[in-house]
Amino acid sequence: MTVTDVRKDATACTMEVISEFEAPIAAVWQLWADPRKLERWWGPPSYPATFVDHDLRPGGNVTYFMVGPEGDKHHGWWKVVAVDAPNRLEVDDGFADDNGVPNPEMPVTRMVLTVDAVAEGRTRMTIASTFPSVEAMEQMIAMGMEEGIKEALGQIDAVMLAA
Amino acid sequence: MVVDRRGPRAVSEEEEVDRLFHALADATRRDIVRAALDGEQSVSALARRYPMSVTAVQKHVGVLEAARLVTKHRQGREQLVRGELDMIRYAHILLDQFEAIWRDRLQRFADVLSDDEGANE
Repeated sequence: MTVTDVRKDATACTMEVISEFEAPIAAVWQLWADPRKLERWWGPPSYPATFVDHDLRPGGNVTYFMVGPEGDKHHGWWKVVAVDAPNRLEVDDGFADDNGVPNPEMPVTRMVLTVDAVAEGRTRMTIASTFPSVEAMEQMIAMGMEEGIKEALGQIDAVMLAA
Repeated sequence: MVVDRRGPRAVSEEEEVDRLFHALADATRRDIVRAALDGEQSVSALARRYPMSVTAVQKHVGVLEAARLVTKHRQGREQLVRGELDMIRYAHILLDQFEAIWRDRLQRFADVLSDDEGANE
């Protein structure tokens, strides 16, 4: 099992996803640091991502687009807040318009990645997301529908409405 | 990983996810959900709130009912729409969606990692 723990705080609109991999830290970090590797997992198979700018320095820009089955293009961006390779990356993650220009109308998520060793050749990765508000989460879910994430959600393994 | 753990309720869960998604896909419906979280709303009041007919609002409410986000009650001649969850629980449902997105992503992450390890051997 890749994901070992998920912590959600509905009041604060935050989520932490903790996962572990049988791989050294450097290999895990490369999946973020190498845009050709990053695009192999960031988008769902039906909406593959292509990273255009990929400057993982403080203040640096990362831009990407995802292309859907109908040829529809969806642009996104990260702004690098802080980086400490190969252990930590903090970015603001947002949506962009059709020309790849950040869309100020759309919500921005703060994402903090931490990577550390649990044992020789075993690495833990924590992704902490902070969403600005409940409305922002709604808006992002609605946007994500267009980006093919619905197929991912069909696989959810928690009983969502029953609790 | 996720697929293996799906039990006999998987189909109905999927249907629920579909309904929830469909419900949240529309800006008016999201607004109705939020309005109903604050208290009961009459269908006629909702129709005044949006540039649409009572029938159109009824349709939206029907979609939200199917997703179990609201229920409808009759009070005299008025039809009232009541939110079936509080804001915290609603926020939880939304966070569950992000969890699913990340679980899916991390499965691909693991696949890429193991592919590359294999290639290096």
